Amino acid sequence: MGDAGYLAQQVINGLQLGFVYALIALGYTMVYGIIRLINFAHGDVFMVGAFVGFFSISALQLSLIPALVLAILVCMILGMTIERLAYRPLRLKNAPRIAALITAIGVSIFLEYFTSLKFVFGPNIRTFPRPFELESWNVAGLIITNVQLIVFAVAILMLLLLQFVVYRTKMGMAMRGVSFDFDTSRLMGINVDRVVTFTFALGSALAATGGVLFAIAYPQVHPFMGIMPGLKAFVAAVLGGIGIIPGALLGALIMGQAEVMTAAFISTTWKDAVAFGILIVVLMVKPTGLLGKRGTDKV
Amino acid sequence: MWEFKLPTINEEEESVKPFRHISIAALSLLLVALMLAVACAPAAPAPAPAAPAAPATGPAVPEVKIGLIAPMTGDVKTFGESTKNAFDIAVEEANRAGKVKITYIVADDKNDATEGTNAATKLINQDNVNAIVGSVASKVSIPISEVAQKSKILQISPTSTNEKVTIDGVRKDYVFRACFIDPFQGLVMAKFASGTLGAKTAAIMYDKGNDYTVGLAENFKAAFEAAGGKVISMDSYGKDDVDFSAILTRMASNSPDFLFLPDYYNKVNLIAQQAREKGVKAAFGGGDGWDSADLDTKAVDGGYYSNHYSPEATTPEVVEWVQKYQAKHNSVPDALATLGYDATNLLISAIERAGSSDSTAIRDAMTKTDGFKAVSGSISFDPNGNPIKSAVVIQVKDGEHKYVETVNP
Repeated sequence: MGDAGYLAQQVINGLQLGFVYALIALGYTMVYGIIRLINFAHGDVFMVGAFVGFFSISALQLSLIPALVLAILVCMILGMTIERLAYRPLRLKNAPRIAALITAIGVSIFLEYFTSLKFVFGPNIRTFPRPFELESWNVAGLIITNVQLIVFAVAILMLLLLQFVVYRTKMGMAMRGVSFDFDTSRLMGINVDRVVTFTFALGSALAATGGVLFAIAYPQVHPFMGIMPGLKAFVAAVLGGIGIIPGALLGALIMGQAEVMTAAFISTTWKDAVAFGILIVVLMVKPTGLLGKRGTDKV
Repeated sequence: MWEFKLPTINEEEESVKPFRHISIAALSLLLVALMLAVACAPAAPAPAPAAPAAPATGPAVPEVKIGLIAPMTGDVKTFGESTKNAFDIAVEEANRAGKVKITYIVADDKNDATEGTNAATKLINQDNVNAIVGSVASKVSIPISEVAQKSKILQISPTSTNEKVTIDGVRKDYVFRACFIDPFQGLVMAKFASGTLGAKTAAIMYDKGNDYTVGLAENFKAAFEAAGGKVISMDSYGKDDVDFSAILTRMASNSPDFLFLPDYYNKVNLIAQQAREKGVKAAFGGGDGWDSADLDTKAVDGGYYSNHYSPEATTPEVVEWVQKYQAKHNSVPDALATLGYDATNLLISAIERAGSSDSTAIRDAMTKTDGFKAVSGSISFDPNGNPIKSAVVIQVKDGEHKYVETVNP
């Protein structure tokens, strides 16, 4: 394998990681765009998605697509429930944003430790059974696996779907309106609460997809698996400009490449330092993130 | 608002200050009182039960309370389960034999250093245990050993192989273990890779936050290079990392003969699987962290690891132990179980020889252990509380763990 081939191979590795981060980062960014809340429980919704995928494949013997659909449905309900029980009461009382943020951290910790209980998921690492055998092809010197293709395909499909929902549907228009101005939207007859609930459902669906894909690519699940990917995805969203959908995708792809390239060419020890270092540099130069505009905070 | 508020807060703090002095004084008094109470507590009730017991049953049977600290849940839970199964058998046998009376408390450390330290502190200060068996992982046993040493409570770890468990600058003389140590384990695998397998080049991947894997990796590297081999790459990763694609893609293009993965089975499962996906063809090798029913035998097929004993050995101790364990738990005891049994028995034998529940007396008896017939070999301690004994190399093949050879120190 030549140097160019080696580089290309590492780029593919980075893409796989980046797309999974992107699915999580989009949820962060959408919720932030609508209600200015950093939903720290998002990484744990991702974890629940991975577990639902695990149970539907191992216990219910489902194949990939039905397992994915089931994970998405369960996480949408979970996301809407979290919003209804934890965040909406605060919003209705006009609580300060810091209160909502602390609540989000609380929800996150609750999900992690509640699912660690023996009668829920249990605290142990489980091996995720792949619903198909691994195959790899040698295309012009590059090794490409079916796992990578599935991750790319599903992630891109979900991103296109999201683009369609946000820009081509009535609900999407309402979402954009609400993110632009909460109160004016309400005056215009938009049911703001419904829009917020819908946003959570959509974000959670993406997180669930990310969870299942993540577990297929790195076949282990446990209740604390959402913390690191959640954190990285959050950084990706901030890097791209939080509240901006294309920004989250861009940020996530950069994070994926930064991690892989550092490990490939510099040292594995520097991997996270470089990824987070890029964030710091970008924020110093452009505090609103790569694609952030002056006004910021738009979906 | 802020301008006005700040001074008031300061004032409040001023007015609180005298109280704070008082409370510090009161606290220290309380602490002293507590320490006195703790110091006296074991002494006070001890003679009471001994007095009536003596005339009834002749020589007094020492009554001891043992704390077991093991990872019952979390990323290495099979280690904890095996250890506990074996501990139960040893305690049951000792109580039946009647030379000691043992009660015990089990604490779960979740394979986390903080949890382990908390468990040790609670066992020692609240439950007043006389000795601790545990923990499994070095990264947990090391902080526990600090607590045990400071409280002068005997600790014996069944399986923590990092040197720092029993000695960190100075010898922690209340701390022992039932297993060999990392320099030896690293040496065994390096000897095996360069000798038996004839490997010329090796790559190493280890968890930079885990004393156990760091120790093994460094010792393997030193020994492999001393044997004339070349270590091509040495990569570290974090505990939460799951994507090793970058390292492994690089490794595939370097094609080493041997890949040393001295981590626990869960991480090894992930790395080994990805390594084959990325086209790494090296033979895998590891340490005793591989010894688990949850090891993905398909992913590491053909790999070798060093271990403390093999259930296939034919010494009477091993045969009897395997039968005993199988009858009770319906599975072949792994090394974790065997060392758990050995560690508990070493402790019980020391208690019997000391004839007392006093931790210092037990410590003295333990130090004098000479040729104790344990399942994993005959045990005497070196001056650092480490047993001197041999290791075995085991190969994972077609879903089975097969004995390959024994390496002597």
